[in-house]
Amino acid sequence: MNLSEQHREHKISIRGLSDREFFYGHKACPGCGGSLALRLALKVLGERSYAVVPAGCMSAVGFIFPQMAFSCNAIISTFPGTASMLSGIAAGARALGIEDFHAVGFAGDGGTADIGLQALSGAIDRHDKIIYICYDNEAYMNTGVQKSGLTPSGARTTTSPAGKRLRGAITRKKPMFEIVAAHGIDYAATASVGYPLDYLRKLEHARTVDGTSYIHVFAPCPVGWGYETAETIVVAKKAVDCGLWYLAEYAEGRFVLNHNPGEFASIRDYLFGQNRFRHLQDEDVSDIEIQRDAKWARIRREWSD
Amino acid sequence: MTCPVRNRSFIPPVELGDYPVGTAFPAGHLVDTNAAWRSLRPVIDATACSNCLICWLLCPDGVIQRHDRGALQIDYDYCKGCGICARECRQKAISMENEGNYGT
Amino acid sequence: MERETKAFLSGNEAVARAVRLARPHVIAAYPITPQTTVIERLAEMVEEESLKSEYLHVESEHSALSACIGASAVGARTFTATSSQGLLYMAECLHYASGGRFPIVMMNANRSVALPWNIYGDQRDSLSLLDCGWIQAYAEDAQESLDLVLQAYAIAEHSEVLTPMMINLDGFVITHTYELVNVPGQNEIDLFLPPFRTTNKMDFDCPMSLAFTAGPAYNQAFKQLQHLAMLKASRVIGEVEERFGRLVGRNYPGLIETLYCGDAEYIIVTLGSVAGTIRPVIEKLRSGGERVGLVRIRYMRPFPDAEIRRALAGAKAVGVLEKDISFGFEGTVFTNVSSALMRSQVVPPRLLNFVGGLGGKDISAADIELIFKRLKNSEPGETVEFI
Repeated sequence: MNLSEQHREHKISIRGLSDREFFYGHKACPGCGGSLALRLALKVLGERSYAVVPAGCMSAVGFIFPQMAFSCNAIISTFPGTASMLSGIAAGARALGIEDFHAVGFAGDGGTADIGLQALSGAIDRHDKIIYICYDNEAYMNTGVQKSGLTPSGARTTTSPAGKRLRGAITRKKPMFEIVAAHGIDYAATASVGYPLDYLRKLEHARTVDGTSYIHVFAPCPVGWGYETAETIVVAKKAVDCGLWYLAEYAEGRFVLNHNPGEFASIRDYLFGQNRFRHLQDEDVSDIEIQRDAKWARIRREWSD
Repeated sequence: MTCPVRNRSFIPPVELGDYPVGTAFPAGHLVDTNAAWRSLRPVIDATACSNCLICWLLCPDGVIQRHDRGALQIDYDYCKGCGICARECRQKAISMENEGNYGT
Repeated sequence: MERETKAFLSGNEAVARAVRLARPHVIAAYPITPQTTVIERLAEMVEEESLKSEYLHVESEHSALSACIGASAVGARTFTATSSQGLLYMAECLHYASGGRFPIVMMNANRSVALPWNIYGDQRDSLSLLDCGWIQAYAEDAQESLDLVLQAYAIAEHSEVLTPMMINLDGFVITHTYELVNVPGQNEIDLFLPPFRTTNKMDFDCPMSLAFTAGPAYNQAFKQLQHLAMLKASRVIGEVEERFGRLVGRNYPGLIETLYCGDAEYIIVTLGSVAGTIRPVIEKLRSGGERVGLVRIRYMRPFPDAEIRRALAGAKAVGVLEKDISFGFEGTVFTNVSSALMRSQVVPPRLLNFVGGLGGKDISAADIELIFKRLKNSEPGETVEFI
């Protein structure tokens, strides 16, 4: 079955989603995109989930003794250990004869692309039956907005300040989706909380994969990015519409671009709606546009629609 | 049960024997609320609501509850007032009202 | 292998045999010299299906222990092995495993720590991690290594202990030296070691939140409980050894082993394989009328402080011989022994610290004789001496 056939099979309706909440009463900041990504994933995956959350925002807000916000089984892993703990859980449960479960991890961008990359690479290599979700808010938010390997160029963080000499981050956001795909992973996808149905469909697919799944979900952070809390979904959608984020899938050696905008929405509208980009000058915006266009030229050429 | 257990009667451990063994504690155990975080309160106008469930879907806290019959309800104990529901509502059926008006 | 057999095994191979007998659900393995032959033998056993474990080829020692923690968190019995740099790379997970009370069993091949690079044995790796909350045992030979692994599961998984355990084997001297080893039968071990049962796990019948955060109001209580569990392990170790003796037929003396301490005036306190070098020297010296003895520390945590006070009560001078140094002070074993003796009701013996064997430097019988000579002639106040 090719991917587009799978899409048709995994049609999703809001109404069909479970009423149960598995991440409730947590202490995430108002309007947190990461907590929405996590909540929706557990709605799809259900009660037979072992959720692994490394040190970071989602663990800090979900497991403060005696307030436990996860109502499915959940555990905090070490910061580098999301994937390795998932592998151990999956192996342990399998050895104990436990059937019909999901070992699902929720790590942020730093926990995935920086400190957790080694363990993630190993798990993919072993084709361990785990679901790894990276909620990408483009900096180390829990510690106060420091630059990570997934901070985009130009973004101001507390460790990539915008000054006279440097104007925010000078690195270019690691291509995690392609890094993961290069392993020959069983299933990988990008998503955005601004396109929730696309995200839900990808979660539905991941739950059926007999091997490793990776979903990279773009999850804005109002506190770290500097926008109004109500705007999280709007910002997440704009990122896709202006071409700075993209919706794609990888399986069986093929990339598929799920959403190919004919014309990009305004990149300035996206950037200047957030404090972290407000210092950018015209030439910086042009650079970002050039990077975007080069990337899209390549993926439009190499990935199928 | 659609939400975790709310255990308002939680008695904090005093003796060492009152503590769990290891770092393991019952899941979905809520002893306090998040209501005090909120300065604006989302209020749903049931007559304008089309029951499209977008707000229910997109609430990061999952505090909007749907029912087989009747309008959507908001769990104000855990709503933080982020305003995503009002912002995303296509029918403009949710207004963000000053929490001070509700005396909580 | 239903019945006990004799086999010519290295320390590492003896450990692998013990692991097979313990039937772990999950083994996570990352290679490092001189631990490698353990995980090689285990891989072969899994391949030939004489061992039915999930064998994870992980990408680092950090991942090895992290995977074991995950497996233990669903109620699985686990094993991993490491050494030196690998143990240090695990350090975060060592604290994590003990704090979460996951009774993981791990073998550590004691090896020098870089720099300078060196693959040979000393004990600076494990002793520098004495405070990570693991039970730490030190074997003298392959037989004891095998038996300690089996006992480790019974100790670590005991409901009053629930604390991970590290079995230390001197690199090469034990890990790679072949001896005739008695390998218990599976029937005996199945009786000795029932399947692991715990409530400290994620469970679909009763969902749990594990490895949570505990703020200032609660955090210390969890640490205090960890300390109490470790103290209880002292008693449990004795009970487990007694049961092991009854079911398997080999007896062990608890946290320390003593030799001639009843009448000895000069005693060496040490740990690990060097005890094998000391024993014949003691026999020789005693046959010449010298009242010398040995305390071999088998467990560094829980620390045998009362046992050490008792064993050393009648000595005139005691030399602590260790393959370790805490730079700028003294050997860690010496610090622990000194601390135990300070709480003595009687005047403690003179204490000297001999540091040797670093990076695999040989400790010979002549060195041991020299140590006894130094004990006889020592002056108070002399402490660390490199041999």
